[in-house]
Amino acid sequence: MRYVDEFRDRTKAEVLVKEIERLLAHIGRDQSRPLQIMEVCGGHTHSIFRYGVEGMLPKSIELVHGPGCPVCVLPMGRVDDCVAIAERPEVIFTTFGDAMRVPGSRKSLLQAKADGCDVRMVYSPMDALALARKYPTREVVFFGIGFETTMPSTALTVLQAEREGIRNFSIFCNHITIVPTIKAILDSPDLRLDGFLGPGHVSMVIGDAPYEFIARYYKKPMVIAGFEPLDILQSIWMLLRQIDQGRCEIENQYARVAPAGGNAVALQAVAKVYELREFFEWRGLGSIDHSGVKVRDAYAGFDAERKFAVPNAKIADPKSCQCGEVLKGVIKPWQCKVFGRACSPETPLGALMVSSEGACAAYYQYGGIKRGRDDEASAA
Amino acid sequence: MNMISIPPRRARGKVHVPTVTLAHGGGGKAMKDLIDDVFVEAFDNPLLTPLDDSARIDLLDLAQYGDRLAFTTDSFVVDPLVFPGGDIGKLAVCGTVNDLAVGGALPLYLSCAVIIEEGVSIDFLLQIARSMAATAQEAGVKIVTGDTKVVNKGACDRMFITTTGVGVVAAGVELGAHRARLGDAVLVNGLLGDHGAAILGARGDMALQSPIESDCAPLQGLIASLLNAAPNIRFMRDPTRGGVATVLNEIAEAAQVAIEIDEAATPLRNEVRGFCEILGLDPLYLANEGKIVTIVPPDEAEQALEAMRAHPLGRQSAIIGSVVAGEPGRVTMRTIFGGRRIVDMLVGEQLPRIC
Repeated sequence: MRYVDEFRDRTKAEVLVKEIERLLAHIGRDQSRPLQIMEVCGGHTHSIFRYGVEGMLPKSIELVHGPGCPVCVLPMGRVDDCVAIAERPEVIFTTFGDAMRVPGSRKSLLQAKADGCDVRMVYSPMDALALARKYPTREVVFFGIGFETTMPSTALTVLQAEREGIRNFSIFCNHITIVPTIKAILDSPDLRLDGFLGPGHVSMVIGDAPYEFIARYYKKPMVIAGFEPLDILQSIWMLLRQIDQGRCEIENQYARVAPAGGNAVALQAVAKVYELREFFEWRGLGSIDHSGVKVRDAYAGFDAERKFAVPNAKIADPKSCQCGEVLKGVIKPWQCKVFGRACSPETPLGALMVSSEGACAAYYQYGGIKRGRDDEASAA
Repeated sequence: MNMISIPPRRARGKVHVPTVTLAHGGGGKAMKDLIDDVFVEAFDNPLLTPLDDSARIDLLDLAQYGDRLAFTTDSFVVDPLVFPGGDIGKLAVCGTVNDLAVGGALPLYLSCAVIIEEGVSIDFLLQIARSMAATAQEAGVKIVTGDTKVVNKGACDRMFITTTGVGVVAAGVELGAHRARLGDAVLVNGLLGDHGAAILGARGDMALQSPIESDCAPLQGLIASLLNAAPNIRFMRDPTRGGVATVLNEIAEAAQVAIEIDEAATPLRNEVRGFCEILGLDPLYLANEGKIVTIVPPDEAEQALEAMRAHPLGRQSAIIGSVVAGEPGRVTMRTIFGGRRIVDMLVGEQLPRIC
């Protein structure tokens, strides 16, 4: 397959792994004090597991799987709000597939559907708008979720609905922003990270300038990375090269898709429809200032939060969950007390077990379990 | 001009309404007319036509094929009912025929129970019945008994079909997942995931146009030549719902062995790969309806592969992996990229209701 197979080339991977080993030796890190690199985005986590990238890397490098899975970090209270909206008889509640399984305090959307709510899976917010046109007497609500990657498509759908004068369409906005979240991680006292792989698809929208503060004030290097396994290896290599040369910059490995200035049209739509919330609640990380957006007053008619009274209750994360520590790289998923026992993909307790892009689910599914346990056994 | 002998058929035309109504399930004349016009018309054979409460099969007749009876049942609720490469009727015959065949049996007789939502057109019902008849003929089986129920609108999604099958296992054929041994080869008879991708594409709710057709096919012929070429074959299963990944996990679990497959050797159609890339699906978990996964001792692997490739339904057969030393019950994949990952059982469905 063109434009795909080229980025999965095994021989190129072998060359890169050798170069990474060479750089690591030069930097002087070994297994006793591995370099910690966080891939912020869940898409990266998925690729790393899907292609077995982690196992190809020397043990003197450790990948920390960050908070960039919007489904995972959605707090229980917001899922409860979704269910409350979906339970209204006039509502057709539309959502991306992965969000169906996220547990609320009462039930998930999948359970709500089984209980008779009209919950439908869509592949784009435009599909939801098409449903609103088709069923003018129903209220179609789209579950807006995701970072800057999906924010513009939801915004453009709202603008389209306004142009067409469609009044029975609204979004339940749970869009979140990546920069305050990375900042929150950088500010945490137990931080050990040596560098970041930046989410390429967010940069496709926002460019690379918003990350400058990471290099400037926190002195951590970042490489904006693509999602194919070679992209990831090359980005790790670029990061190591920075560390080796004592540089600390925001570099872009994914320039073929993510231009330095981002996407002006997308940013315009985002600015037109949303404004920052004062704070937003994250599963595992707690409340983070300015980390979410809401619909502006000018588009209040398309805001499900205003259209329907949602309970908006705060539900605390289960006490036994150590998602926050995993997210910050303080512990590995299998070191969590409930990993694979009380918390599994069938009965997820914590954020990171919820979606297949979550670090814990990926470990559980694709087999970090054995590697992790073996490492612990040999260290003991 | 083709000279084909057309079997005598009952004159059609007892049913004078265009759609199925609750009256057709009432047990009276309307039901009898529907059965005559649709099912007897399509399936016509001497064991069925008496329309008694059960078909009676001569034991001596069965015994000529082997020494054990194989017996299986399956329900079909596919959406949409007609899809590229098949329909619910073809699927209902292939599914049960293949369940018998992978158990080492020669499939012989099927039952056909249909639950119909009122309002389905008689012509459509006949189209599905004819599709079942054509597939049964291709598979060398006869549909010898059946049942028809009609339910209220909304009580079922247009049509559900249940088929039960009877076949005979030849003496000496012993198959079981627990028989897999270290060094055995893992084979498949062609491109994986076509059915799952075709169904998802045909639902049309993801605005993706795809030329992918279901691989739905009866496999008794391919399996007969495979058993002939590799008599010590350990096990076969048709990787339907849950796909190849699920079957491999079942085998690894049952035999308490480890299995490793090679991503580069796994046959996939480019269209299916693309489809999965776009939707974020893993083709190893997509359903197949004309495929088998088989475990073959190493010294018979090549001849098994050759026999499969010689059959029209196995042209793209491949050895995709082997039973290896490792954690019992574990399935791993050597990725195309040179890494290694675990191929686990799926927790839920990738997407609901594929077949």
